[in-house]
Amino acid sequence: MNTSTNKTLQSRRRFLENISRAAGGVALYGFGLGLYSQQAISLPSQSIRPPGVVNENDFLSACVRCGLCVRDCPYDTLKLSSLGDDVALGTPYFDARKIPCEMCEDIPCVKACPTGALDPELQNIDDARMGLAVLIDQESCIAFHGLRCEVCFNVCPLANKAISLNRTHNQRTGKHALIIPVVHSDACTGCGKCEHACILEEAAIKILPVKLAKGELGHHYKLGWQEKQKAGESLVTPDVPHQYNLPEGTSYDYEGEGLIPALKNNSKDINDTPFTKSAIDRLNEGVN
Amino acid sequence: MSISATSIRIAGLEAIQKKGWLNAHKWLLLRRFSQISILSLFLLGPVFGVWIVKGNMSSSLTLDVLSLTDPFVFIQSLLSGHVVKTTAIVGALIVFGFYALVGGRVYCSWVCPINIVTDIADWFYRKLKIKSPVHFSKNNRYSLLAAIFLLTAVSGIMVWELINPVTMLQRELVFTMGFSWAVILAIFIIDAFISRRAWCGRFCPMGAFYSLLGKFSFIRVNALNREACNDCLDCYVVCPEPQVIKPVLIKADVSNPVILAANCTNCGRCIDVCSEDVFTLGMRTAKFSDIAK
Repeated sequence: MNTSTNKTLQSRRRFLENISRAAGGVALYGFGLGLYSQQAISLPSQSIRPPGVVNENDFLSACVRCGLCVRDCPYDTLKLSSLGDDVALGTPYFDARKIPCEMCEDIPCVKACPTGALDPELQNIDDARMGLAVLIDQESCIAFHGLRCEVCFNVCPLANKAISLNRTHNQRTGKHALIIPVVHSDACTGCGKCEHACILEEAAIKILPVKLAKGELGHHYKLGWQEKQKAGESLVTPDVPHQYNLPEGTSYDYEGEGLIPALKNNSKDINDTPFTKSAIDRLNEGVN
Repeated sequence: MSISATSIRIAGLEAIQKKGWLNAHKWLLLRRFSQISILSLFLLGPVFGVWIVKGNMSSSLTLDVLSLTDPFVFIQSLLSGHVVKTTAIVGALIVFGFYALVGGRVYCSWVCPINIVTDIADWFYRKLKIKSPVHFSKNNRYSLLAAIFLLTAVSGIMVWELINPVTMLQRELVFTMGFSWAVILAIFIIDAFISRRAWCGRFCPMGAFYSLLGKFSFIRVNALNREACNDCLDCYVVCPEPQVIKPVLIKADVSNPVILAANCTNCGRCIDVCSEDVFTLGMRTAKFSDIAK
């Protein structure tokens, strides 16, 4: 009797010991793995993904790292991250500066994916969001020095949609224009042709993961002009046309001409100017 | 332990003398052939441009028809909350079914390239008569497996695949070799000099998963001819999971001496080194009465 209770005690002790040891082990492994994974998934700027990746975390739950997308990429753009690379181990990515995405119309990489990590719903390559081009260094970009370059604009597969040229005044010379490339996130697929083609030693325009590149407007923001368009009318009391309190016989001109005396009788005679010949009279009109 | 006392003799020497070198290495050679040819199939494409198999052992496409997916990676993906495409589901089911029939850990001994590394490490261990200073529990792998599954479900990402040395080696051999050789070297050093059979036998959660997968597999090693056993213990020395042999050899009252333990890898090394041909590879249902035939 004594020995049997001893035995049950012993087996109970062993059971508890095993359970607590297993639990301790699980906790320890879990802790270590959790810490490491946090570091490993901290979205590095090199994580430029193949088409069909919407969200990095979703991708890391879906990609089995088989490399079938890499194999079916006809331009050898894609590669798998190996140990020592910054991108999450074994996942596909590409370095646009080396080989950009050629945006194949049939999207073979997405078709090759066996798990759906690359979203099979993606039918039009223009809808891909592999990353986002950002003109990250305006100090080096020669367009900001007043030089004509526009290479990024010219190689862009969606030129005028994803990258447009914006003409501004060159303040340095005072008489020339700056022709500045501007990226539009609603069209840019992140293919990286611009980064690849950038003529600088180190590209001034770079592809970044969308999450790193984009800001996000506060959700409570309402843009008045958009709301007005949606509603078809002003949401507040409509603006009253401005009433100028101008000297008699003058009107206000928007185009920078300033205050001008109104033309008399819509005359077309070139000599029939609104201005008097006498300087004294002109001054007395109250025009400054 | 009695094992260390017998490790002075060279395991399998008697079998070589009695059966000849080739017969005493038959299963080992077959296994190496299997491991190397599977790896070669994957390498034919990237090296010679002959695309029979694309991808790697996590998921592959053979002859543009047969899609196979590793069920271990597949289950991690499911647990992390991804709705997997049908291609991968079918592929994982095929692989699952195969190992469920032939033995889960057949994956470890006949397919996985890490096995070659750890086998060589163990060969060093035996040749150099090293004594492991550290011992780990064989159940570590199951704790690790549980931790991985738990963490994958909680975090929503496949955390283990961020470090898994098994899929990493399989992948980097076929794609670009990064620093994974360093991890493999570490596994070798640990196995050979620090803790014997630490990776495959104690830690690898993938092996643990496959052992559970093949728990009820049909093909099993048996000791139907155990009457002939001369207690040389050579099988214990070479077996990567020696605890699985014990019940069929030592226990006197066993009616069906079939190795049913989930961690038997069906590597057949025990069959090789046994000079008395105690072991055979057969069905799970093998009985003593079968040898009468």
